[in-house]
Amino acid sequence: MRTRPRPIGSWLLASPLLVALALPIVALALASGPDELLSALGHPRLAEAVALSARTTALSLLVIVGCGTPLAWRVARGGWRGVALVETLVALPVVLPPAVIGIALLDAFGRQGPLGGVLGDSLAFSPAAVVVAQIVVASPFYLQSAIAAFRDVDDDLLLVARSLGATARSAVWRVALPSALPALIGGATLAWARALGEFGATLLFAGNLPGRTQTLPLAIYAALEEDVSLARALALILAGFAVGAVLFVRLLPDLRRIWPGRAS
Amino acid sequence: MSANQWDVTLRGRLGSLELDLSFATSAARVVVVGPNGAGKSTLLRALVGAELGLTGQVCVGGQTWQDATLYTPPERRRIGFVPQGCGLFMHLNVLGNVGFGCGGGAGAHQRAMDALIAVGGAHLGTRGVGELSGGERQRVALARALAAEPSAVLLDEPLAALDPVARIELRAVLHAQLRDRIAITVTHDDRDVAALGDWLLVVEDGRVVQQGPVNQVRAGPETPFGAAFFGVTP
Repeated sequence: MRTRPRPIGSWLLASPLLVALALPIVALALASGPDELLSALGHPRLAEAVALSARTTALSLLVIVGCGTPLAWRVARGGWRGVALVETLVALPVVLPPAVIGIALLDAFGRQGPLGGVLGDSLAFSPAAVVVAQIVVASPFYLQSAIAAFRDVDDDLLLVARSLGATARSAVWRVALPSALPALIGGATLAWARALGEFGATLLFAGNLPGRTQTLPLAIYAALEEDVSLARALALILAGFAVGAVLFVRLLPDLRRIWPGRAS
Repeated sequence: MSANQWDVTLRGRLGSLELDLSFATSAARVVVVGPNGAGKSTLLRALVGAELGLTGQVCVGGQTWQDATLYTPPERRRIGFVPQGCGLFMHLNVLGNVGFGCGGGAGAHQRAMDALIAVGGAHLGTRGVGELSGGERQRVALARALAAEPSAVLLDEPLAALDPVARIELRAVLHAQLRDRIAITVTHDDRDVAALGDWLLVVEDGRVVQQGPVNQVRAGPETPFGAAFFGVTP
């Protein structure tokens, strides 16, 4: 009798990695008891950090989508000198260590930097610095996804739209943007999650001032020194948002199916 | 105004292909045949108004769309265009696609519906584009082009990749719908030629190598490709 051979070897090799990925999340979820969690949730520092994170990430996302969508469109359409350079620039923050970005931002916006003379020293260590740091580290996630989506828009689709009376601009609004929308929403979600989790560049460029520049990740860092249960509660909240964002992006293809034309 | 329905001279270089696509005829319905990569789709795109690299003259149905001093953009040419693969908008359902060029207004929905009925697709209105068969997709794309009340219709291999039954049905639909229109159809099948056109262009290596009334060109092809296509010895 023959039985189907089981792929034991590959599972054996894969399991350490799988455990390494799953264990921290599970441990974090189980570390706080309900009482601890409830008392931490009432902590004034937590409300402050959540509010600041919500405000700054909303503003970052607005700038990333507002400026990033036309930039991604121009890069995807190509045909101008410097496309390759801009594409490299767009990929760079993903691999640059956040600490490096923080130092670079201080140099750019500090008193001696090229923009320092214009802005004085008002930008560094301000809520605006938090937003700038988030934009720099998070925008690649939106841009790369938007560029790929716009590249997928068939030239013939735009030409058909124009032959039906749409101007070049209106063809972008009525055809290119809706075609790319699922990918744009996915990219924006990941960019928002990255902005929410931003730590290193913010710490160096914006500091860690409660109520002013202390976002959720920085509040975890600060709480670790005084109140570990508060740090855990903050971490759980952040993890919840991250898991939500990833689940949302992974479910997007299914959501797309309820759109009128997509039923396939 | 010339008596010609088509008066086209398009020259230029696109990538590695040197193009000289010129033809003139008083016939309204033109069929284009030629090997892959010969420039047939480029010709259609240039007529729609998307190949700014090609210079020359485009007069269709007595209207001049392009000459030495003029280049009319696609949205003002209003040429119905069905590209290879149909070019349907995936974010809209069938009726949304067909009504795309109808504008707003009270009559828009009715015009879209009428166009769908004309191509035998009345039952498809609320369907998703992704659910359609190949023949249905072609019908919807044709209805979309017709609903916008086009000055001319350009079809790029509308009968390719269809099963034999769908092909025969769609050929009849095209035959009926193109009868009184100014149109160009690109095809790879001799059986479509007589059904869909009166004037025939053979395009090879970026050039119109032979043109004339359909029967004349079919009886006396001047190139090896034409001979093979029509099954005649040159």
